[in-house]
Amino acid sequence: MTQQAPHDDFVVFDRVQKSYDGEILVVKDLNLSIARGEFLTMLGPSGSGKTTCLMMLAGFETATHGDIRLGGNAINNIPPHKRGIGMVFQNYALFPHMTVAENLSFPLEVRNMGKAEREGKITRALDMVQMGAFGGRRPAQLSGGQQQRIALARALVFEPELVLMDEPLGALDKQLRETLQFEITRLAHNLGITVVYVTHDQTEALTMSDRVAVFDDGRIQQLASPDTLYERPENSFVAQFIGENNTLSGTVVELADGKATVRLDSGDVIATTAVNVSAAGDRTLVSVRPERVEYNVERMKPDAFRLQAEVLEFIYMGDIYRTRVRVAGNDDFIIKTRNAPDQRRLKPGETIEIGWLPEDCRALDA
Amino acid sequence: MADVTDATTARRAPTPDDAARLADSDQSGPMLAADGRPLKQSLQRALRREKLRALMLIAPLLLFVLVTFIAPIADMLFRSVENQIVGNTLPRTVEALADWNDDAEELPPEPVFRALFFDLFLAAEAKAHTRLGSRLNYETTGISSLFRSSGRRMDDVAEPFQDVLEQADPQFGDGAFWYRLMTGEGDADTSLLNDQRERLAALTREGMGGDIGFAPSAEIAALLPRAAREYSAFALFTARIDNDVVAEEDPWESVYVALALDLQDGGAERVQSYAGPGADALQAAAANADQLPVVDFREAFIEVDDGWGDRTNWETMKTYSPPFTSGYFLNSVDLQLTADGVEAREENQRIYVMLFQRTMFMSLVITFSCILLGYPVAWLLANLPMRTANLLMILVLLPFWTSLLVRTSAWKVLLQQQGVINDTLVWLGIVSDGGRLALINNQLGTIIAMTHILLPFMILPLYSVMKTIPPTYLRAAKSLGATNWTAFWRVYFPNSVPGIGAGSILVFILSIGYYITPELVGGTTGVFISNRIAYHISSSLNWGLAAALGTILLAAVLALYWVYDRMVGIDNVKLGG
Repeated sequence: MTQQAPHDDFVVFDRVQKSYDGEILVVKDLNLSIARGEFLTMLGPSGSGKTTCLMMLAGFETATHGDIRLGGNAINNIPPHKRGIGMVFQNYALFPHMTVAENLSFPLEVRNMGKAEREGKITRALDMVQMGAFGGRRPAQLSGGQQQRIALARALVFEPELVLMDEPLGALDKQLRETLQFEITRLAHNLGITVVYVTHDQTEALTMSDRVAVFDDGRIQQLASPDTLYERPENSFVAQFIGENNTLSGTVVELADGKATVRLDSGDVIATTAVNVSAAGDRTLVSVRPERVEYNVERMKPDAFRLQAEVLEFIYMGDIYRTRVRVAGNDDFIIKTRNAPDQRRLKPGETIEIGWLPEDCRALDA
Repeated sequence: MADVTDATTARRAPTPDDAARLADSDQSGPMLAADGRPLKQSLQRALRREKLRALMLIAPLLLFVLVTFIAPIADMLFRSVENQIVGNTLPRTVEALADWNDDAEELPPEPVFRALFFDLFLAAEAKAHTRLGSRLNYETTGISSLFRSSGRRMDDVAEPFQDVLEQADPQFGDGAFWYRLMTGEGDADTSLLNDQRERLAALTREGMGGDIGFAPSAEIAALLPRAAREYSAFALFTARIDNDVVAEEDPWESVYVALALDLQDGGAERVQSYAGPGADALQAAAANADQLPVVDFREAFIEVDDGWGDRTNWETMKTYSPPFTSGYFLNSVDLQLTADGVEAREENQRIYVMLFQRTMFMSLVITFSCILLGYPVAWLLANLPMRTANLLMILVLLPFWTSLLVRTSAWKVLLQQQGVINDTLVWLGIVSDGGRLALINNQLGTIIAMTHILLPFMILPLYSVMKTIPPTYLRAAKSLGATNWTAFWRVYFPNSVPGIGAGSILVFILSIGYYITPELVGGTTGVFISNRIAYHISSSLNWGLAAALGTILLAAVLALYWVYDRMVGIDNVKLGG
């Protein structure tokens, strides 16, 4: 998946705005194209407008301005039940007075499907989520994970081309969440359906999606594949929101050829990759991922930029070491190193030399 | 399949339950606590204090409910079958009537009338005969006045005997002499006195125990059984009710009659050998025994009041003589208990079945109106933003803060023929001045006013149930392709049924026993069974019938509750949460 809008635009948000009270825009000028068969995640903190976008697509909220198109047709004025979009909710929204099979039968019944056909589809859908034996149960007799599988099966049983998921794994424990993450992506790819997935869990977004749209303040901050998002965040919000991130604030001294020289507030001058700075003299936040910082001098690349740092805290986490150091006046600078036989364990108070490559160091907006 | 359950259950942390199971499997005997006592016993001991404290907390309410709720209900259930008044007031008559064959076309025999004389005389002294008259009057009209007029004239029946005895020996006119005569010598007959104590206690409902300064001698009791009996009754009554000294009072006329009957009945020979106090006077009386009038009590009673010659009255007395009766219940369903068994009441006397049916029907109509009007309001309340919902809730609760009487009176003002609604309709030209609608003092009025009054009882449970239905259910249904109506009918409505159930039970049970509103706006066609019960409690004073009607009402409610439980399940009733 690339960053360019695909040719086959299945779902299109065209200059969509939304306001609930006529004073504040919850969604500001949203433009987004989703390809057929794509798994797109809307990621963002709460109140960023991601759920509102999903609800507008589902038809439960109307856009204040702009068009939403599905398969080329504007759907602004089509009621939710005619959109044919499957939906999975955070609290499962299984109907408690119906059995699992009746829940699955519901979308087929309202489509006036014959009994035999219904039963075939229900069996297939239940087998798909490995819940074939649970058709006669009531939702209340199932665990949270099982309920969410059923909710998933119900959203898929009528074979929609587009399925929306509103934080579907939010109420589950970590282990279960990971199992289901994998299962949902597998199902989506096998069935070739388009999925729009809303979450505030960045790990979920990174592991499941083809593309992630990071929302903040009613806007998409960056729309990109997970690796691009993580490794090449375009602004400091994305850098902070996705994964762990070290920031050092400073001023651009020189800007040329995609490289920016930045004087940190501590006085150190470092070489960075210019991403979101426009001219010398701009304030900037320099971002470095903790795992791209090295303190083992023998392993450092020759062109690595080096700085003195004081160890404040050293945490042994099993697979990695997590070290908090003071560097360039920043007390919260984190270094993550792999637990390897030749790796040195640090002690608080120790002064060390750390280094990173200029490519890993990005000058973003302040 | 297996991996699904694995994911959810297999990797969970061990729980105390597991530990218990583990321990259980190791031991064959019961689980033991750390100190070696059985675990169950240990647990019970630990919980006992908590239970005791909980009991203490509810004790005041429990006591209050027992005294003010359970006890009155039990009393009501008892009253609906209780009929001891006949046996208590006329014990001898009831006994004598048992032998009377009421199939034969004749009046009861002479002994019944004799027994009635003594019973009625005593009842009249205790002023209990009118009470009995009222009781029997519920069954056959006219008995009340029969008893009232007869009670007054028992003295007249007795008069001839008294005159003859006083002529035979003037000492018979002296109270002190009678006291000496009856006290006699030798052993006292305490069993006779105690019998009379019981009889009078039942009749007057007053304590008759303790020393009254008199006891009939056993010798006299054997010679003159009737006189001794009646004098003992007189003595008890004088000492306990009138609080006088027995020896200073002249005996009742009935004592003279008793003595005369004793003398006529072989007593004249028996007293010849008697040597105790007053033997001379007795022997003088015995010598004049042939001068004593031979009174036909049947004739005498019929002379006092024609009613005693009417078989119907006697049949009623016999039918209602047992201490318990099904008569009240039969009356409650428009039947009556007669000498020939259970019969339907006359056409023009049947009202209760119709009233029960009307009460049920109107309560159902009111319940359905409440559902129809309350459901949308409750839905709005549950789905509006909090601030607006609170305002609306105040409007719903407003009627609760107004007196019931004020609300009902307000409906009177609105609904009457010259009222606000009719005036408006006439002014708008919708109805003509002559054709004003009758909106009150009929069933319509009762239904309108009671629907309004009971509406909050429907809205509140509905609201609290709807509040718990997540809005995502409707969204999910719509996303699955259901239209608004299908989503509501197949998803939202079934989930709100527990609220409808709770509200309906509440409204129906409240309305089935409602009294004040039907009384005020129901006129004659819009009153409930409860109004009839109130009438019997406060106006006709037929408490037995009122109790029977109330019992039937209670049974009907319980039966409906049971049916509802079988059909919907009482677990499905939610008042909130």
